Formats: sequence, structure tokens, C-alpha cells
Amino acid sequence: MATAVPTDFTNQVVFTEETATFSPEVIEEMRSHLTKYPEERKRSALIPLLFVIQRERGYIDNPGVNFLADFLDLEVTDVWETATFYSMFNLRPVGRHHLQICKTLSCKIMGEPEITEHVCNRLGIHPGETTADGKFTVSLVECLGSCGTAPMMQNGFDYYEDLTVEKVDKILDSLK
Amino acid sequence: MEIKAIGCEPLQLKRVGMKDSHTLKVYQETGGYESLKKAMNMTQDDIINEVKASALRGRGGAGFPTGMKWSFVPRQSPKQKYIVCNADESEPGTFKDRYLLELDPHSLIEGMLIAAFALGSQACYIYYRGEYRYLIDIMDKAIEEARAANLVGKNILGSDFSCEVYTHTGAGAYICGEETALLSSLEGYRGHPRMKPPFPAIEGLYASPTVVNNVETLTSVPQIIEMGGEAWKKLGTEKSGGTKLWSVSGHVKKPGVYELPMGYADMEKFIMEDCGGMRRPDKKLKAVIPGGSSVYIMNAEQIIGKNVTLDYEGLVEAGSMVGSGGFIVMDETVDVVESTKNLTEFYKHESCGWCTPCREGTDWLVKIFNRISIGEGRPEDAQLLLDICDNIEGKSFCPLGDAAAWPIQSAVKRFPEDFKKWLLNKTNDNGYTANV
Ligand SMILES: Cc1cc2nc3c(=O)[nH]c(=O)nc-3n(C[C@H](O)[C@H](O)[C@H](O)COP(=O)(O)O)c2cc1C
Ligand code: SF4
Ligand code: FES
Repeated sequence: MATAVPTDFTNQVVFTEETATFSPEVIEEMRSHLTKYPEERKRSALIPLLFVIQRERGYIDNPGVNFLADFLDLEVTDVWETATFYSMFNLRPVGRHHLQICKTLSCKIMGEPEITEHVCNRLGIHPGETTADGKFTVSLVECLGSCGTAPMMQNGFDYYEDLTVEKVDKILDSLK
Repeated sequence: MEIKAIGCEPLQLKRVGMKDSHTLKVYQETGGYESLKKAMNMTQDDIINEVKASALRGRGGAGFPTGMKWSFVPRQSPKQKYIVCNADESEPGTFKDRYLLELDPHSLIEGMLIAAFALGSQACYIYYRGEYRYLIDIMDKAIEEARAANLVGKNILGSDFSCEVYTHTGAGAYICGEETALLSSLEGYRGHPRMKPPFPAIEGLYASPTVVNNVETLTSVPQIIEMGGEAWKKLGTEKSGGTKLWSVSGHVKKPGVYELPMGYADMEKFIMEDCGGMRRPDKKLKAVIPGGSSVYIMNAEQIIGKNVTLDYEGLVEAGSMVGSGGFIVMDETVDVVESTKNLTEFYKHESCGWCTPCREGTDWLVKIFNRISIGEGRPEDAQLLLDICDNIEGKSFCPLGDAAAWPIQSAVKRFPEDFKKWLLNKTNDNGYTANV
């Protein structure tokens, strides 16, 4: 069965001087974010750009952070300061599919515990862990604005709502 | 899930159910952007006065009168003014803005443009919670459509009014719904709240005059300009104008987003008839949190037969608050100690850590709930919870501290039997089990 790798392990970043590189298209995409903010307020683009780093590199890694510091004329510590505040930024690799099950009240009383148990049993991991093949990470998260269609989970940015055990099985089967 | 208006013509939900309701074409066919044209022929003062006359109160949670907020902006200031839409929607139990943003994005653009025109602003930002990425894609398309029709950008409709609308994403932090934390986040910093005063109206985004309004607040503005403030107000009550969206979740047959006129009578009918009554007919109503997780929890006796009207005054009188309008309905299978523990975990997780009472206090509260939930509660724990809440409420840097205290204070007071059961007998004898 899968070996467990904790994902909420935030304080062991491997520090390096290395700077990530990106394709011209990605650089162009990053530049397009800058156009939204006043010239002298480039830092405003930091969160949107951290999402680009996360998409391109799988998680917020040190070379990616070094790149952003250069790109936005910030200190490396400025970038870490912001990156470590927000729960959507993964500071360690996560699985190809990051299943985020809402555990807040409306979902909880509508059957979240059963969904979590089923997902975890099927994948052989606990919440906060990644399967050994790197395919799935399961996290428990707070309310995602789907309380009327509870219980629910997100995979990446996709919403899966009105979950039942059968529906979860279909979803897991369909994820490659 | 239901999305519909009850007791009024749909206004917020006017286009819901129409095919392609998110497109400019459908928006304009149904009167869209006419209010912007009308507003651009009014003076700034007249627009602000209409909004004042409408008795529109902020739909984000605090219920502050919108017209008054707008009038605080120093329009003569040489600085850029900003309109910022709060689409962070992270209050547990709240999901109304999501459907407005998905199904009627142009109504938000139009509302922001009217606000921008009235306050002399050339830039609007919409701050989305990070998880709402698909809604940002929808909005970006809507903005481009509007730009192509000369409704956004330079010299709107050939006038000398120019205004940009930008989308911006957060990244998972409830505190960024608090308006000053939102501005810190929009500037690229950690989402810590700021000292008030100065209020955002004077020094907000980039230390410039800024209005922060909720999505539903801003989508109300085109309706107010179209109908006139007085007429809009009359849809509701003297003090709570217009109609309002309520998100309903939990143990009802028909959860959903409902548009009701302010002053709707009454809360019992709303839950028991409009929302279809209890999901499991043999289970009785036990508790309702009517305004998102941060407001006082109500027990069934405060609702059944009490004629509670759904507006700002009515819910305060009944012992709670409108808040964000998120109804969480619970039947008798729910143990209020466990439901309160769940929300306390939420506040501990979302505390930004800036001030001691909230950061440490929420942690202690969770620790106490943890020991209660494994049967090691002590008879004095209920009082201990209240004492800690006392030291958080009113003593924290921002209202998140109060929001953590209120659910506990009301739960201990209104559901003493649940606490007694845990603290004296230390058993949980119903079907609902906590994840411990
Ligand atoms: C902890 C906290 C979270 C909040 N979350 C939200 C939110 O998600 N959406 C929102 O519109 N307002 C939220 N608010 C209220 C905002 O601070 C602010 O009052 C509101 O955006 C103002 O807009 P309105 O006057 O149109 O309601 C929150 C407040 C606090 C203290
Ligand atoms: S009350 Fe809580 S959320 Fe608000 S500033 Fe203090 S620690 Fe941060
Ligand atoms: S409580 Fe789960 S989405 Fe709101």
C-alpha cells in the first residue's frame, strides 16, 4: 500500500540559490498579470504569480521563489512571507490530483465523514498524505462555498458537489 | 439545489434560469447597462443620494449603509480612487455570491462602473477567493465582452469617463474577506487586517480612497438606479431596503439560494415550507445559524411560533443577526457541542495570528473542545469556554475574534443540555460522531 507523505510540512524548505526558468509563453502570461496594477505596485501580482509557479513547478519551491523575487524586484523573504500565509500554496509536492474535502459544518452534517472515510480507504492514505505513486493527495479543508450542495470536494480548481459514495467511486475511476 | 425568489419578483436572480445569462447579449436584452447610461447622465451627488434613499445595507456581513460609505470618499482628492469588490465569500454557510458571479457577471461590472462613476474612480478590482478560479475565467470573458462594446476601458460610451475592471485572486484565507486584510492581500502581502482609522474610504488600496463592497451590494446598484432609491427601498422595510439573497444549507429538503424581500415573514415558514421543511421528516428542527457561521446560533424555541421577520431588526430581536445571510439548518441528530467544536476549529485555522487574544484564545478553545469530545470534559469547562470567549470578544484586533466567540457564547447559553451531557455524563448517545 501507499507510503504516507505529509503535505502540511511547511518548515523544511531546501534553500538554494538556483533560479527557475520558464518558457517565453509563461513569461508572457506572467507579464500580463503585471498590467493590472500600477507600475510601482508590482508586488500586487505576487499571489497570482505564485499560482503560476505552483502550476508550472508542482508546488512553491525555492527556485520558483527566487525567480519571482527577481521578476518583481522583491527580496526572497518577501515572497516567502506571502507564500507561507495562504493555505492554497503547497510548500511540498502534492499528488497529481489534490482532493480537498470540505470538513466545515454544513458538509460535516451532510455526510462528509463518510466521504472522507471512503476516499481514504480506497486510496489507502490518511488526510494530509499522498499516495506512493504520486497520483493522489487528500486534504481536509475549510468551507469552499458549496454548502448548499454538500458534501463536496475540490480537485485542483474543479468542484465536485452533492457527493455520495457511488459518485466518489465514479470520480476516482475517471481520474487518470 | 434551488435558486429562486420567494415573495417578490426576482431582481438579483432576474436572469437566473435564462440560457446564456452570463453573456452580454442576454444581459443587454434584459435591460443590462441601461442603468449605467442613466447614471452617466446624473450628477455624482444624485447617484449617491439614490443609493442612500434605497436604504441598501452592505451584504458582506456588517450591514453598513452603502450610500453613507460612498459619501465618506473624498472625491476632490487628487489621488486615484478605487472600487474593490469583495468576492472572497468564505464565511461558512454562505454561497450566494458564487451564483451571481457565475450566472450574472455583467450585473457586477455594471454596479462597479456606476460606483466608479459616482466616486470619480478609474479602476475597479474584484478580489475572488482563490478557490473560485472558474468564476474568474467567466468574469474575464465578460469584461472583454464589455470592453469590445465600449462599456469598459477608455471613454466609455463615447464619454470622458474611463474605467478599468480587473479580476484578482486570493489563495485560501478566510481573513482576507475582512476588508482591510483584503487590501493587504491585494497589495501582495500576508492577509493581516490594518488599523482603522484611517478607514479604507480615506486610505485604502495603495493608501488611496477606496470603497470595498460585497458582490451582492454592488449588483443591487443597477436596480436602484433603474427603479429609483425610494421604490427599491419599498420592496423591503423602512430600515432594510430591497431584497436579499439567503444561502440555505444543512438539513432542509431544498437547500439553495433564495431571494426574499427584506422583512419576509417569517423564518419558520421559510424553513418549514419554502425550503421544503426537514430533510428527514421524522427528525425535528433543533438549531439554525441564520447569518453565516459567525452569528449567534438559535434554538427551535426562538423560531417556532415566534414570527421572526427576516431583516436586520427582526433577526436581532430574535437573538441573532443577518450577517452574510447563510442559514445553516440542523435537525435533532446534531450535537451542538460537536457543531460548535467544528466551527471553533475553523476560526482557529483561519485566525491570522496577528493579535494574542484571537491567536492563543482560539487555540485554547479547540484544546478544551478536544478534551470534551474524548469524554474528558470537566463540569467547569462550560464556564472556562465562556471566560476565554470573554477575553477574545471586544479585545481582538479585528472582528474575527468576536466571530469566534459568539457561536460558543450562544451555544452554551441556548443548548445547555448538550453541554451537560458531555460535561456530566461524558457520553454521546446519538448518531452524530465527531472526527476525533
Ligand atoms: C473575518 C471577516 C470575514 C469577512 N468575509 C467577508 C466576505 O467573505 N465577503 C464579504 O463581502 N465581506 C466579508 N466581510 C465583511 C467585510 O469586512 C466588509 O465589511 C464588506 O466587504 C463590506 O462590503 P459591504 O458593505 O458591501 O457589505 C468579512 C469580515 C470579517 C471581519
Ligand atoms: S482577531 Fe484574529 S484574525 Fe483578527 S487580527 Fe487578531 S489574530 Fe488576526
Ligand atoms: S461547509 Fe462545506 S462547502 Fe461550505
